[in-house]
This record gives sequence, C-alpha cells and structure tokens, in this order.
Amino acid sequence: MTSRNNKPIIEVKHLSKEYQIGMDRTYKRFTESFTNAVRHPVRTLRGLTGPKETFWALKDINFEVERGEVLGIIGRNGAGKSTLLKILSRITYPTEGEIVMRGRVGSLLEVGTGFHPELTGRENIFFNGAILGMKKREIDDKFEEIVKFSGVEKFLDTPVKRYSSGMNVRLAFSVAAHLDPEILLVDEVLAVGDAEFQKKCLGKMGEVASEGRTVLFVSHNMGALSNICQKGIVLTGGKITYIDTIDNSITNYLKSINTNYNNEVSLVNHPNRAKNTKTSFTYLSMDLENAVAYYGKPLVFRIGYNFTDPVFAPQFVASFHAINGAKIFTINSQWQKNNFGEYISGRGEVICSIDSLPLLPGSYSIYLRLWQVGEKIDDIQNAMTFRVEWSNTTEKQYQFSSDMGMIYVNAEWNI
Amino acid sequence: MTEQASDFELVIRPKYGLFDLNWKELLEYHELLFFLALREIKIRYKQTVMGASWAVLQPLFTMIVFTLIFGGLAQMPSEGIPYALFSYSGLLLWTYFQNALSGAGNSLVGNAQLLSKVYMPRIFIPTAPCLAGIVDYGIAMTILAAMMVYYQFMPTAAILLLPAIVLLTLLLAAGTGYWLSSICVKYRDVKFALPFFIQMLMFVSPVIYPASILGENLQWLLALNPLTGLLNAHRAVLLGHTPVDYVGLAISAAITLAIFFSGVLYLRRTEKYFADLV
Repeated sequence: MTSRNNKPIIEVKHLSKEYQIGMDRTYKRFTESFTNAVRHPVRTLRGLTGPKETFWALKDINFEVERGEVLGIIGRNGAGKSTLLKILSRITYPTEGEIVMRGRVGSLLEVGTGFHPELTGRENIFFNGAILGMKKREIDDKFEEIVKFSGVEKFLDTPVKRYSSGMNVRLAFSVAAHLDPEILLVDEVLAVGDAEFQKKCLGKMGEVASEGRTVLFVSHNMGALSNICQKGIVLTGGKITYIDTIDNSITNYLKSINTNYNNEVSLVNHPNRAKNTKTSFTYLSMDLENAVAYYGKPLVFRIGYNFTDPVFAPQFVASFHAINGAKIFTINSQWQKNNFGEYISGRGEVICSIDSLPLLPGSYSIYLRLWQVGEKIDDIQNAMTFRVEWSNTTEKQYQFSSDMGMIYVNAEWNI
Repeated sequence: MTEQASDFELVIRPKYGLFDLNWKELLEYHELLFFLALREIKIRYKQTVMGASWAVLQPLFTMIVFTLIFGGLAQMPSEGIPYALFSYSGLLLWTYFQNALSGAGNSLVGNAQLLSKVYMPRIFIPTAPCLAGIVDYGIAMTILAAMMVYYQFMPTAAILLLPAIVLLTLLLAAGTGYWLSSICVKYRDVKFALPFFIQMLMFVSPVIYPASILGENLQWLLALNPLTGLLNAHRAVLLGHTPVDYVGLAISAAITLAIFFSGVLYLRRTEKYFADLV
C-alpha cells in the first residue's frame, strides 16, 4: 500500500457554491441584456463588478471520507444535498473551496441519462454505459450481467420507446449499477420502479457498499440510509450541522424537522399528512419532560381532535416506528375495547396510556391514523419523534448493548 | 482490487484559467465521442421510409431545382462546366456544413439532460454531429461520382487534398458550433437566429454561383468567408476543371483554425456554468 492510500479518498475543504437569484429564468435574451445596458449603464457596469443578489446553496462545507466508507447525506429539500453531489461529480463548479478526490468517480444522479427512445435496449446499454464513463471493453464484459439484472432479455432488440416505464427504469438502473468506480455518488435513484425492484436496487447498493467501495448516498429514505451507510452528514441550509454515525445523524435530522422534540406538536398543517385525508387530528401531546420517555415506565399521550362531521365507531390507531421507518408495534383503541360510543363529533381529546413502555433506549416516532368503519379518515406519518432512555431505577442498562433490538421481552429460562 | 488506480488524484476548484484545457482528459474519454457520433448516425433516419437515402435526396433535389432555375433560366455562369455538376459539387460540401453546423449549434441545449446529470467533456456534444455528418457526405458523394462518369470528368492528383478540405470544413462547422452552442446555453436567441444565419451564409458563399461572378473589387470580401476557399478548392480537386487556388485555400484554412481554436477556448471557458443555466 502506498502512503497515498492512507489519505482520505475524498477531502472537501471550505466548499461553497453561490447561485444568482432574482430571475425567474436563468438564461437571458440578448435584448434584455442590451436594453438593460442602455437604460442603466451604471447599474449594468456595477452589476458586472459589484455585488449581485445571490444565494449560497452551500457554505463552507468541510468533511473527509475514508476509503471504503459509506456516507449518507441527509437534509430537507433545498438543503444543498444535490448541489454537493453535482459538484463532486463535476457537473457544476464550486464558487469557492477545493475538493480532492483520490479515485475514479462514478455518479448516478438520475438513471437513464442519455437513453434514446428510438434506440434498442442493446444499443442503449452501450451508449448509456459510455455516457456514465465506462469503456467499451468494460461494457462488453458486463453485458450479460446487466441484461440479466434488468430482466428485459426478450426485448433487447426492441426500441426503448416500446418499453413500459418500469422496464425502462430497470434497464437504466442495471447499467448504472454495474459501474465500477472507486467512488460512487448516488442521488435518490431508488425512488423509481416498483417496490420489488426498489428492494433489488437496495440490495445491489448494499452489495456495492460491502465490497469496500466508497459510496456517497443522498436519500430521503431513512430506512435505506440506515441499512446501507455507516456515517451520516446532516445538511441544513447549505451548511453541515451534524456529522456522526448514520443512526445518530438520522436522529439528529428527525429531531430538527420535528420542531425540536417538543412535547406537543400541532397536527393541523402537519407536513407528513397523507394525501386524500381529512384533517381531523389537531395536536399530539406527550406527558414527558424534554420529549424523553423512559423504558419500563408509563407513557401517556393525548391526541386532540376536531371532527367537523360525525365519525362513526371511531378507531384511534397509533403505531411506533424506529427511525428507519420499521414498524415496531401498533395500538388501536378498538382492540383495547374502548368504546367511544356510536359516533363522535366536534372537538375533544383522547388520552392513551401505556402501562410500561417496552421500547429500549433510542429514537422513535409515532404515526397516527383515524378510522371509521373500514374508512381511513386521517393519517399522519411521523407525527412526532421522541427519545427513550433508561430511567434511573433500571438496572438492565448494564446488560444491554445498542444492537439488542428495540423492545425488551421478558422470558423465563430453565435448565 | 482498485490498487492500479490509487495514484489517481483529481482536484476540483472554481475554474478561472483561460487555458484550463485538460487535453489528457479528452483523450481518456475519446471512446465516448465516437459513441455520441454513432448515436447521432443511428437515430438520424430512424422511423423514416427512405432511410439514409435522405442523405442523397437533400442535395440532389436542391441541385435539380437550382439547375432548372439558375442553370436553365438564369443562365448562371459555371466556370465552363455543366451547371448541374457545378452546383452539385458545391451543394455536396455545403449540405454537410449546414447539417453539421445546425446540429452542433443546437446540441448543448438539446442535450440539456447530459449537461445537468452527468459529467463528460462537454466539447464532445457539439463535435458529435460534425463527425456524424461525414457519413452522409460519403453517401451523397456517390451521386457526384455517377455524375462525373456521365459527364466524363476525371479527378486529378489534386484529389489527394480532398480529406484535408473535408477536415477543414469539419473544423469550421465544429468551431462555429462551439461558439454558437455555448452562447445558446445562455441566450436562446441563437436557436432562432441560427437557421437564418445559415441561409444567409449560403448566399454569401460560392455554392451555386462561381466566385468570379462578383467583381474584382469585391473578391476580398468573399475571401473573408472561410467557406469560399473551401468550396472552390473542393470543386477544383474533384472536377479538375480549374487549378486549385492555394492562396485562397490557405486564407480559409487560417480563418478556420482561428475560429476552431477560439471556439474550443470559449466553450471550455464557459462550460463551467452550463449545468447552472441550461
């Protein structure tokens, strides 16, 4: 091993990217530039040299990635995630700062770039591969594998425009997935295709990651991030606000978007409310201090509601999820045989108490749903995030490590 | 498993230098250029009944129309050779130039997805249509060969210059294409001005009329158009009806190279903001 291999594979130093704003179009017409220059010669001249109305998509980003590390980049829309990947893949250039990369870069910012509808599947594999930076020999070598992975063997000599959109995406992802760079940049490609294919893609991503390749992965899918990545970076408004292990980073991110772990959240205009639902929940409040619940202790929460129309035989459902989205358990007002009467209308509050919280320390989120005889009325994913810690009186903490799972189940052992 | 590439080091900085050309990278990606040109050729005549014969029909019909109007009715002088042969030999090169330039000029905006989603040397995008057009030129050449047999013309040894003339025309189309396509990324006006520009260019180039039709005192004006020397030399080396005007060709070559290299520099200098603007 040369000494260079001990250096980080990616070093990002003081990276900033500035975009100009204030125009609804980014391109200009000659006449605009011309008439502006004639009408406001001073302003135009000053505009060429002086300050412009700008916006920093990224500001002073610093981080390093070690060889073989799989890094997740987390942040809201517009936080600068995609800009960062675009700069790393040389599609656009930074305004300030520097990046050093010590390996061949392959980027997957969108599948199917360069696909031409008139060309056959076979031809598109070659063109797309070349556009992604593969050499002809490499594509030849992997051709069989690519075709097999995509599952479009029978239609290889059919123009791609006759493909279903699913086939199109499968073929495109297959080409991209067989790129063989040392550094792989991936942006949300997994949002495409059906659930089964998404699973296959995730599997392939995990495989790539486990081969010791360096991967930078941007996604909103916390489950995928948590499964694939080791380290995480949280971007907020173009700045890095957190770097740590992926799970801690996800927790930090969820914390930041869920109004700072308040004990109470308003559900009236909640961003995670599912489409085609009727706003019925008004707030969720937990009887906790600093949004910290304790393992083995009671957990009490209150759901405010405002039913403009009567809800018949209402069922309140709360499910508890891990930060990667996996459902751990569900409670349903009807299972616990609480009969709220034939119908409820107007404003009110439901109080739910769990005797002993089975969740082990970590971060969790609550999803809320309201049903009336087989019809879903309201549905909010990730309504609130809270943390679970050991209470002072628990002694089990000395026996547990973090990978024991999420709930504690009592058992009797005999020998 | 990736040891062989461990010496690789890439530094990304804000680009400012005028001469940040990075020829090594162009060489490394050269396969892609041929893939892009091949793609251009393959898709050009997809889902057409006539297919590649359009490469012949375009200059052929133009020639017939011009021969009827200018050769027949207007009695246009044609350097002492049949007007059909005269105009076709001009149209052959002109059609190549016209298609290459309009393809190159619209290429960057037309391939916006390639600009905003993947990295590759951007210069390949306008170069590809210029390369691809050579195939059409070759196909259309067969008609000229047939006409030469019919009219009993024999090319002279000067025909050895033909590849150089075609290459210069390619460089001229590419160089002009680099300028126009880069400007078009920022100013879409180019898209509308380009067909008009090409049409005007045809009338100020000796495609369907001989350069001699303009008076002595206007010859210098015509010589400033790099297409003049190329079209004249193209016709002379193929038909051998007049000696090759080497001075005219040299002037054209110099202007062509100036346009080409300035185009390369301009494109490489502006490409850093393509993805932000397109």
